[in-house]
Amino acid sequence: MIKAIVNISLKAGVLDSQGKAVHHALDSLHFNTVTDVRVGKQVVLKLDTEDKEQAMKDVTKMCEEILANTVIEDYEIELV
Amino acid sequence: MQKTNLKVSILQFPGTNCEYDTQYAFERLGASTEIIWHKSESIPEGTNLLVVAGGFSYGDYLRSGAIAKFSPIMKAVKEYAAKGGKVLGICNGFQVLTESGLLPGALKRNDGLHFISKHHTLKVQNNDNIFLKKLSKGDIVNIPIAHHDGNYFIDEDGLKDLKQNNQILLTYVDNNGNVKNPNGSVESIAGVCNKEKNVFGLMPHPERAMEIVLGSDDGIKMLEGFLES
Repeated sequence: MIKAIVNISLKAGVLDSQGKAVHHALDSLHFNTVTDVRVGKQVVLKLDTEDKEQAMKDVTKMCEEILANTVIEDYEIELV
Repeated sequence: MQKTNLKVSILQFPGTNCEYDTQYAFERLGASTEIIWHKSESIPEGTNLLVVAGGFSYGDYLRSGAIAKFSPIMKAVKEYAAKGGKVLGICNGFQVLTESGLLPGALKRNDGLHFISKHHTLKVQNNDNIFLKKLSKGDIVNIPIAHHDGNYFIDEDGLKDLKQNNQILLTYVDNNGNVKNPNGSVESIAGVCNKEKNVFGLMPHPERAMEIVLGSDDGIKMLEGFLES
């Protein structure tokens, strides 16, 4: 069993309005050290395989086809 | 209204909620209509216009339109569009068409993060297409918007292409035609078409602007364009 953790976030250069709103809220709570906030989403997948290389290939395909919209989003895959 | 022989097929996914408004709108214009459940694998014979209606397909899970693009019917929609068939995506339908790659760009969460539901004025940017041919460039129409993810994004190269090929259909403006951007869309874009000008998408709802008693009947002038195909 392999667990794949996929982190999806808006690309650099695409305005992240949720991140901006959260940053604003943190500011008003006086967390003044925060310089940037990006809000993304995390998809956790359990894969019935032990083959890490194949798992990486499969999850990459999943990201390209459905999990991320590559017009506006980047994704990072971590296998554990 | 006069009867036409236009046949409009309207897609229905789980969560679609504008299919009956769309049906009403086109029947009011004299077209015959059929609602197509997403499990169907073919577009009805003789369809002149395929509408991907608004709503919240699959509860907007993952991203608006992201899951609908894998419904069985979408393969047929792509084939239909590739053969030059006319496709119109309204609101969630626009999101489904961008997710499917039938239209360029993507729809993000509104900049203000609010769901916006109100009448908005739009300016016709290009009318050299079947959809807006009844209107003139610069015309202003009053059409309701109702969306959470209507913030149109396209990268710079994509935007250049849109401009070069007259693919920008409508932009959000105020009553005087000056830019007024409700949701953060790039260049205040409210609707676009593909390069071939047979696939159209917009966030505003022309099918909800068919009766003056309901605030506006400007939708008639827009949807009428499809009648003379």
